[in-house]
Amino acid sequence: MDLDIISGINQFLTENSSLSYIPLGTCIIIGLAASYYQVNKRTRLQPVTDNGNINTPAKPKLVIEAGRTERQYWHDLWRYRELFYFLAWRDILVRYKQTIIGVAWAVLRPLLTMIVFSVIFGKLAKLPSDGVPYPIMVFAAMLPWQFFANALSECSNSLISNANLVSKVYFPRLIVPTSAVVVSFIDFLISSSILVALMIWYQFVPTWGMLMLPLLILLAFAAALGGGLWFAALNIKYRDFRFIVPFVVQFGLYVSPVGFSSNVVPEQWRLLYSINPMVGVIDGFRWAILGQDTAIYWPGFLLSVGIVACLLISGIWYFRKTERTFADII
Amino acid sequence: MSDAVIKVENLSKKYVISHQTNVRGGHGTLRDAITDGFRSVSKRFTRQSNVDPSHEEFWALNDVSFEIKQGDRVAIIGRNGAGKSTLLKILSRITEPTRGRIIIEGRVASLLEVGTGFHAELTGRENIFLNGAILGMSKQEIKRKFDEIVAFSEVEKFLDTPVKRYSSGMYVRLAFAVAAHLEPEILIVDEVLAVGDMEFQQKCLGKMESVANEGRTVIFVSHNMSAVQKLCERSILLRSGKLISEGETKEIVKDYLSYLTKTAEDPFGDNPERSGSGEIRLTGAELLNSDGIPTTHPVSGENITVALEYETSTEVRGFDVIMTIYNHLGVAVTNLNTRVSGFAIQPDMKGRVYCEIENLPLPFGEYRIAAAIQYNGRNADHFPTLLVFEITASRFFSTFQSPDIQYSTALVAHSWRSESIVRSESLVY
Repeated sequence: MDLDIISGINQFLTENSSLSYIPLGTCIIIGLAASYYQVNKRTRLQPVTDNGNINTPAKPKLVIEAGRTERQYWHDLWRYRELFYFLAWRDILVRYKQTIIGVAWAVLRPLLTMIVFSVIFGKLAKLPSDGVPYPIMVFAAMLPWQFFANALSECSNSLISNANLVSKVYFPRLIVPTSAVVVSFIDFLISSSILVALMIWYQFVPTWGMLMLPLLILLAFAAALGGGLWFAALNIKYRDFRFIVPFVVQFGLYVSPVGFSSNVVPEQWRLLYSINPMVGVIDGFRWAILGQDTAIYWPGFLLSVGIVACLLISGIWYFRKTERTFADII
Repeated sequence: MSDAVIKVENLSKKYVISHQTNVRGGHGTLRDAITDGFRSVSKRFTRQSNVDPSHEEFWALNDVSFEIKQGDRVAIIGRNGAGKSTLLKILSRITEPTRGRIIIEGRVASLLEVGTGFHAELTGRENIFLNGAILGMSKQEIKRKFDEIVAFSEVEKFLDTPVKRYSSGMYVRLAFAVAAHLEPEILIVDEVLAVGDMEFQQKCLGKMESVANEGRTVIFVSHNMSAVQKLCERSILLRSGKLISEGETKEIVKDYLSYLTKTAEDPFGDNPERSGSGEIRLTGAELLNSDGIPTTHPVSGENITVALEYETSTEVRGFDVIMTIYNHLGVAVTNLNTRVSGFAIQPDMKGRVYCEIENLPLPFGEYRIAAAIQYNGRNADHFPTLLVFEITASRFFSTFQSPDIQYSTALVAHSWRSESIVRSESLVY
């Protein structure tokens, strides 16, 4: 192996025998690298790769071929994790620039919706809340719903709004929609402060079910990402989805049990109702935060979980399948 | 271990052009997909031929193979649509090849655009980090080079200003500064040097030269033949997706330019370079000297006329003729444009358009004229090379001499005057 290196260097030197354009520094580096390698070989078995130096033996080898992105993909995803962080950071920084009340928007929107829903469904329609203050019941659902809705729409538009990146730079495209969901998650964390405030106001004691919340958040995350990946990939080709997604989100608010408890739904329809994956998530949130055993309908919940899993897996599959053509048709 | 760091084998890339969506001027719609789906099903039953006139296959790259060695500086040249950008996009993994493969050894960074991913709302400082990450630098690496980048870009004072308030020069400088501090083993650069002021362009060229001198491999695409010749010792010439030749830059550039002039021999024949929507088509073109006689060797300083003949296939209200004269270096010398000069053509089914240039102000050399007919904001007919001519004689100056082309791309009529200074009226008071 070391013979190879030396002969390689020799070849390099003789090929550029004019040497006039190789600065002295480079020669020194090459020399040092060679001797360093020699010394190292004697003391250690493992050659040390010092990255950045062009004459190190271990070079990443890359094969580009039709249909062959798979092998490097997941490795690349890890390698580009910092880009993921930077994209999310950018979106968070930009989100509330040039606004007067800034981050307060993240709090204000769900708060106002919660008030409207409490008044309409709780006071005017007098829907049951199972002994929990209506605002808290609404807000426990509003939190995951807003997260899901924002994440889904941001995620669907993420590739289009980053079109210049997609068509000019390589990186695993999954980073873009995923970081869009993460940004919505930050909003979710901010607006959960309202829930805490509400609980203090109504002196509502949380139950141990709260410990289940991270899992439920993960479920909402998966639902948003799964749907978002489908929409993002389809949106690239068919811009119709720019109009479909807001409609889905608006429609979803009324068919999901946000403003009311899903107990309102007749027993024989509950399983069918749970086909909407957010039903499981929202019921789960209510169960975890409010501790109502009646809030959750386990067969329905499991159905929701199953549907979310299908959505996520198929979303990733479709995204990966179409990803290689993104730059061509965006 | 072979010393080729990039090995390209039988690389091909196919695009399917859909003419229908072109007319609508948009992206494929869901409705199209659904109706197309039905159509293909019904076709299967009725056994119609599968040739769909609205879809056309187009090979942007066709069976291209080459190798690039460690430390080479290679230029990829060819005219628009030759497949250069497609090749770069495949090399930088933005898009996938249809066939063939590439083996790359080493870390690749590609620069297809300056300032990719810059966000207008973010400050210069924030954009350095963002852009660096997008180009594949780690946070540690950016931090380490931050001061260097700032110094190179010369925008220290505005680091905490959103880049939307930057002048375009500052913006480009900052963007290039980030890119210039990448340390890949293989650097792929698209025509990014076409931006910024002269001084900064020189700085960029210098930076790229030093990158190459460090033994890194550089692949460079440009229309600017002088930059190519300055920077790259080897070149690859592409034409209509095929590799025509590769070798020393000097030879290849010569090949390329002589080819450009050759295609003008019969531009109206089977010309693959010709493009356009076709409502109006050129049917003839001639260069006339001051006596109205066709010529290929006009005399500089005399009046010449470009005469164009056209035909229209539909009724048209008006169109524009645009011609550009290029010199032997591929530099656009001047542009002749009916819209700019304010001439309205009165169109007919068949007609001629004349453009007269007074006192042809060009130095000795070979030239080509590219022409386009623009109708409704797009090209109805377009020739990258319509006419070629060579200037070997000049009456521009009374001496019949022409300045060395190394120092001139166009001649300027001027006069000299001299006088002696009587001591009392000296200009210095």
